[in-house]
Amino acid sequence: MTTEIRDRIALPTKDAQKTNLTCHFCIVGCGYHVYKWDSNREGGRAPGDNALGVDFRKQLPPLAITMTQAMTNTVTDRSGKRWNIMVVPDKDCVVNSGLSSTRGGKMGSYMYAADGIGKERLQTPRIFRGSEWLDTNWDEALAIYAGVTKKILDTDGPSGVMFDCFDHGGAGGGFENTWGTGKLMFSAIKTPMVRIHNRPAYNSECHATREMGIGELNNSYEDAELADCILATGCNPYETQTNYFLNHWVPNLTGASMDKRKKWFPGETVATTKLIIVDPRRSATVAIAEQVAGKDNVLHLDIEPGTDTALFNTLFTYVVDQGWQDKAFIEAHTTGYDDALKTNRMSLEDGAKVTGLSVDKIKQAADWAYKPKASGHRPRTMHPYEKGIIWGNDNYVIQSALVSLVIATQNVGRRGTGVVRMGGHQEGYTRPPYPGDKKIYIDQEVIQGRGLMYTVWGTNPFQTTNNAQQHREALTRRADIVRTAMSNARGADAATMVDVIYDACKNKGGLFVVGINLYPTKMAEAAQMMLPAAQPGEMNLTSMNGERRMRLSERFMDPPGSAKPDCLIAADIANALKALYSQAGNTTKAAQFDGFDWKTEEDAFNDGFRQVGRPGVGPIDSQGGPTGYMATYALLRNAGNNGVQLPIKEVKNGQLIGTEMIYTDGKFDTKDGKAAFKPAPWNGLPKPVADQKAKHKFWINNGRANEVWQTAYHDQYNEHVKGRYPMAFLEMSLDDARAANVSPGDVVEVFNDYGSTYAMAYPMKSIKPGQTFMMFGYFNGTAGHLTSDWTDRNVIPYYKGAWASIRRVGTLSDYKNSVSFKDRRFT
Amino acid sequence: MENAKVSRRIFLVSSGGGTAAAALATAGLAPAQAATPAGTPTPGGSTTLNYPRRAVGKATSMPVNEVVSFSYPDASSPCYAIRMGAPVPGGVGPNKDIVAYSGMCTHMGCPVAYEPGTKTFKCGCHFSIFDPENSGQMVCGQATEDLPQILLEYDARSDSVQAVAINGLLYGRQSNIL
Repeated sequence: MTTEIRDRIALPTKDAQKTNLTCHFCIVGCGYHVYKWDSNREGGRAPGDNALGVDFRKQLPPLAITMTQAMTNTVTDRSGKRWNIMVVPDKDCVVNSGLSSTRGGKMGSYMYAADGIGKERLQTPRIFRGSEWLDTNWDEALAIYAGVTKKILDTDGPSGVMFDCFDHGGAGGGFENTWGTGKLMFSAIKTPMVRIHNRPAYNSECHATREMGIGELNNSYEDAELADCILATGCNPYETQTNYFLNHWVPNLTGASMDKRKKWFPGETVATTKLIIVDPRRSATVAIAEQVAGKDNVLHLDIEPGTDTALFNTLFTYVVDQGWQDKAFIEAHTTGYDDALKTNRMSLEDGAKVTGLSVDKIKQAADWAYKPKASGHRPRTMHPYEKGIIWGNDNYVIQSALVSLVIATQNVGRRGTGVVRMGGHQEGYTRPPYPGDKKIYIDQEVIQGRGLMYTVWGTNPFQTTNNAQQHREALTRRADIVRTAMSNARGADAATMVDVIYDACKNKGGLFVVGINLYPTKMAEAAQMMLPAAQPGEMNLTSMNGERRMRLSERFMDPPGSAKPDCLIAADIANALKALYSQAGNTTKAAQFDGFDWKTEEDAFNDGFRQVGRPGVGPIDSQGGPTGYMATYALLRNAGNNGVQLPIKEVKNGQLIGTEMIYTDGKFDTKDGKAAFKPAPWNGLPKPVADQKAKHKFWINNGRANEVWQTAYHDQYNEHVKGRYPMAFLEMSLDDARAANVSPGDVVEVFNDYGSTYAMAYPMKSIKPGQTFMMFGYFNGTAGHLTSDWTDRNVIPYYKGAWASIRRVGTLSDYKNSVSFKDRRFT
Repeated sequence: MENAKVSRRIFLVSSGGGTAAAALATAGLAPAQAATPAGTPTPGGSTTLNYPRRAVGKATSMPVNEVVSFSYPDASSPCYAIRMGAPVPGGVGPNKDIVAYSGMCTHMGCPVAYEPGTKTFKCGCHFSIFDPENSGQMVCGQATEDLPQILLEYDARSDSVQAVAINGLLYGRQSNIL
């Protein structure tokens, strides 16, 4: 290791290369610039001597720049040349306006360097033989992978080949990579045995809203600046969509966008903006919103866990009883109103009883969100939502209840409104249609011993799935059968090894598990093969954010070792299979693997995203729609970090022109163009979950924390994060902690009938007795062990629905003395 | 690239390990110092800048849990010293409880304010919270770096506390020394 200098930074030289990079972590997709220059040079402090054009000869004032050591790195290209890089937020990007979150601000240091945070990156294919991981080359890895795949396809059919694969944008995703993997799985291999990164089947998380004719990303971030009221459910945007909150919600909450609202909506009453947050937990967002908007303008509806449907049905009923629904809109643009109202009807008293809220609080919320304004106009109320609903008590029914309330009050298709997902990852979906007619609970297939081969692609179900302990035990047990067989196959060439693996899977209950990822991840504990993938910056990649804003993240450095973009790994696999079938003289089957002659990720982009709806092209499901062909890498490069909001309308003077808001014409995505109300009866908790609640004292709410992205695949190697959270924290009430003799930093066991895990106790006064909040998906402490195997009708789990008992394990003095346990809520 | 500051903190309070050893090697400290007990000031061994020595105040006359304002290493860098009232990592003085930090948030340079009730520094711009009793660790927030800690030395004979170096890059600078 070289000496680390902590009190100065190398500035980019004036001639540094400058490229665009969209943050590849959360859905917001903040724009950044990457500067890259010779590592033996540095820019000067005078504004004319550095690429930032900033005068560093004197102290910069507040808010002038975001430039920290975490934004820098020194990388080495494949020729051995070293380059300094700096990845800083783009002030001209309309998404973040120069803001950087604690996650995106670390992109620079998360690029691969041999002595850097990313040093554990996979660099070559690896194979598990003789009880250890060994490097191998792509030829051997592909020969075995394609050989096993072919043998299963020929003998057992495509259902023997299973995948757990990302379907999103950003890192480990993007239109290029969802197309490459999708074409391999669905068109070439033709397997329906696929699940998605965060759920155990191949399904949407938004079935209800889509069936009602309303896609889940239907407004712009700007609409949060224009709303009269924001009714946010099950989301915590300060921690999980940070710069959407800071750059677009906060200006409205402080009144900074008041003039804009008056200008946009002449003749309408424009009053102080109200924020209603539906969340059982007093989150960081609640605390900060009260600071910026004043307590009088923030209403925290701290409902009983899992009672969202009852709340929305009560509001719907109350709105109609007050005559606040939009009768003309309902008449002209919707169907099913009477049926939904009849089914969803719930009195204020019943709603209050179920949700635990007071009648006054519910009425207050309705007044703010739906009571006509002094000018007679209906308030423009935006309804953002995320995992509280997506991973809530019956995703399908909650969405039905919420969107029914929204269309009754026409809070969609008008500026300042929208019923929208806040989102987790960015989006980036382009795939051939799923080759199945039902949703298959893949985790249960694994548990029940079905399937012969399982490729875990850019995902980590050990940390993130529901009922995770049983799944992990079953997968590991089956994988170990194959590991043992492979270890005993001494001197086996690739063809022999294929036979050995197949025999272990087919005849001994084994499962051939291949991980394709940036890092080994927890899958290294079970897999027999790992293939190294690339991340944004190491490849060109397009994605879209939560307002459908599509950008091109440009490649500026080489991936480590022989790592490759996922789309090109998919192409390698397809081409290897094609060659095997050609050698076997099976030209029909070989042709099934045609169309992967891609040299670059742009080839994959042009083959998928840009072919949708083109003459002679088969069906493709794509978020770019039939106008996606207009987007070229060249045009996207010119569009920079502001990109274009999908769908693209036209190309005008070399500029991509997009769509800010959907459904402004009152036409919805149903056959008759009308938004469809959907009955959503309040049915209480599902029985398996209710049973756990009856047996165990604590609700184990779970979700992401501000400082950690996803599974901490990068963060777990970064002392700034790992030092802060060496173990998944468990927020619990001060009283509960005292009663259990638990002090801050103690390790506790959290357990129920589904599993057990450990966590680091973090008592906080804002947590209610009987409730807790545990980091989800962390590398040290797995909340998913505690979630049941129950899913809704579309196989969406109820991740938030875990009840468990807590037992103090003991004290770890390291944690107590090195981790701050001060209140994470801003007061 | 280990974060030397955090690594050191872990080293100070734990039994030591690979991370701590790497941090020591980085900082150029002799292995014998691995036995340094918690709360002992750490020399700014990882820096190369020529920091000035500046008087912060008299230890025994510093009020407990209140900030003492000073500038370091120059007039345009506001800093705060606090006598926490109990020994803390990096603390100096008779009770090893005096620490000092930059007054500028590492995220975007807004002034941080000390809140005696929670013993934290808070930034009103983007709501980052830092813990002066834990080497400036970010409790929650949008910074990518903890609050830069001003390294102090204590002279028992004169009871004087002096600023001697900084661990971490000050906001809005290419280098801590302009």
